[in-house]
Amino acid sequence: MDQFTLNIIVVGATFALYIGIAIWARAGSTSEFYAAGRGVHPVVNGMATGADWMSAASFISMAGIIAFGGYNTSAYLMGWTGGYVLLAMLLAPYLRKFGKFTVPEFVGDRFYSQTARTVAVICLVVASLTYVIGQMTGVGVAFSRFLEVDNLTGLLIGAAIVFFYAVIGGMKGITYTQVAQYVVLIIAYTIPAIFIALQLTGTPIPAIGLFSDTTTQIAGVPAGQPMLATLEQLVTDLGFGSYLAQTDTTLNLFLFTMTLMIGTAGLPHVIVRFFTVPTVKDARFSAGWALVFIALLYLTAPAVGAMARLNVIDTFWPNGLNAEAVSVEEIETSDELAWVRNWEKTGLLTFEDANGNGTIEYRSGEGNELDVNRDIMVLANPEIANLPGWVIALVAAGGLAAALSTAAGLLMAIASAVSHDLIKSQINPNISEKNELLAARISMGVAIVVATILGANPPGFAAQTVALAFGLAAASIFPALMMGIFSKRINNKGAVAGMIAGLLVTLVYIFLHKGWFFIQGTNSFTDADPLLFSIKSTSFGAVGALVNFAVAYVVSNATDEPPVEIQELVENIRIPSGAGAAVDH
Amino acid sequence: MAIQSDKNAYWSANKRIIGISLVIWFLCSFGFGILLRPALSGIIVGGTDLGFWFAQQGSILVFLILIFAYAFRMNKLDREYGVDE
Repeated sequence: MDQFTLNIIVVGATFALYIGIAIWARAGSTSEFYAAGRGVHPVVNGMATGADWMSAASFISMAGIIAFGGYNTSAYLMGWTGGYVLLAMLLAPYLRKFGKFTVPEFVGDRFYSQTARTVAVICLVVASLTYVIGQMTGVGVAFSRFLEVDNLTGLLIGAAIVFFYAVIGGMKGITYTQVAQYVVLIIAYTIPAIFIALQLTGTPIPAIGLFSDTTTQIAGVPAGQPMLATLEQLVTDLGFGSYLAQTDTTLNLFLFTMTLMIGTAGLPHVIVRFFTVPTVKDARFSAGWALVFIALLYLTAPAVGAMARLNVIDTFWPNGLNAEAVSVEEIETSDELAWVRNWEKTGLLTFEDANGNGTIEYRSGEGNELDVNRDIMVLANPEIANLPGWVIALVAAGGLAAALSTAAGLLMAIASAVSHDLIKSQINPNISEKNELLAARISMGVAIVVATILGANPPGFAAQTVALAFGLAAASIFPALMMGIFSKRINNKGAVAGMIAGLLVTLVYIFLHKGWFFIQGTNSFTDADPLLFSIKSTSFGAVGALVNFAVAYVVSNATDEPPVEIQELVENIRIPSGAGAAVDH
Repeated sequence: MAIQSDKNAYWSANKRIIGISLVIWFLCSFGFGILLRPALSGIIVGGTDLGFWFAQQGSILVFLILIFAYAFRMNKLDREYGVDE
């Protein structure tokens, strides 16, 4: 059976599974649609949160970024996991106790202000929509590589699948589909990693292999040395930057990690997951289980990155850096090097025998004859290690599962903000439950169409928009929620002023470095030479959050205390008992 | 549990547990992984230094322990103050 047929069978089978689950779990009430009826077990919810959280960026890009960035990319690992500690202790239990459906609803009630609620909706929609565009682009790319259709067709198939199960099932359908998607993506990620860890270090656990000795000769470096020392020696001998040393400034590394952590805790599609569990106790455990399932991938990713880098170097310098590099003839004929030919077709890997000596030499700077796009690392990994065809098909299904599950979660957050926080609360408060459900489904449909159109014509700033989504969530949503719970003194004026200040200062800083509204050439600074010290635009969300906290504190203290009933509300959400009763809106 | 002083004591206890947890959270990521890495460079782990291990693996393991420890501790506190569900 050829690879294409295998891909179709494996990807088709997983899609049939997702649709089957959607039909089984379709939502009948607004409670089921927005919060899965609050009947989701914490372990199940943790798994769904894992799939929701881990996007195409985690699955496809992260290991490749680590492979080429080494220590400096640790911010992704610490940032995207450490945020769950903040969620578990500072937000999730209290928001569950509050017992409503959406993040803007909490902001509006706690700060007794429709303005605050509307500002929260704007923050949520901007952050989620920018994030979802990247996911839809990822779906298109994964389809076009593995199903051999063009980018647009792939994107439309993906959009149709998401539309079907998210619109029919609501949060309930999404939750159970995400459980299936988690299982698919984690198997797809770890199986190739286990094979490769066994090949290089003799241990089946990649996270242990990363810090173990090699059991095989790699690019002329004899076996029996620590794997990371081998890698460090090879990359520095080839003229690349050190894998182990810090080359970024401490200030930027610190702020980037902090931005990713706070952004994680402030992303609305993750927060709403904690509204779906039965009790406050379950909300605490659910955050822990989510991190267990996320850590399975995040502990494997740095190993995948390091091992992939070693395998690439070994492929092109099979007999060591001082011996002859791999020959052009071998690349064009050898079965073991078929992956080089396959990926050359996509244009993401290119080589040229520039000096005409019949070999391809891979090094940094002058004399380099190979160019590898870091995004292909995870997808190409099973081929590089010569793993069987079904593993390759599984990785395709895993990448799609990661992108689709995150897209569905984000679309759900957008749809509920529009139907529940704008239509129901401000435009037509007397809307019936049936019509509110219809409005939610229509707004989700619109959000999918918008995301598909933008995903088909990506404005060419996928990486920037993801950074923007995190920066926005960090600077606007997280501080408002945290102050709403931990302070009784922050009032409506303080919260609105804080959110707007945090949002604006972060947006302006990003636009100053990336161009106003991302229009090229309108930027005054670059990330290589930023405005403030060494703070890159991607790291500014933490500063924006600080501005938010400070402005909210000053404005609140200069104006009236919140009314007594609001102070009672805050006291009430701090105590777990009685959460079950508070489901009505 | 309607008594105000009990509610305040429960909330103070919760904030104390959160405070201790977040000190550990900060120390194992921003501390050992970034700021204190140069000071730990003498300790070798698997071909690199302890700071690298914390940045790429240790911090995640500590986060996991912290969240579950917090959940168990809070469940106990809920029962002590009679505010569990």
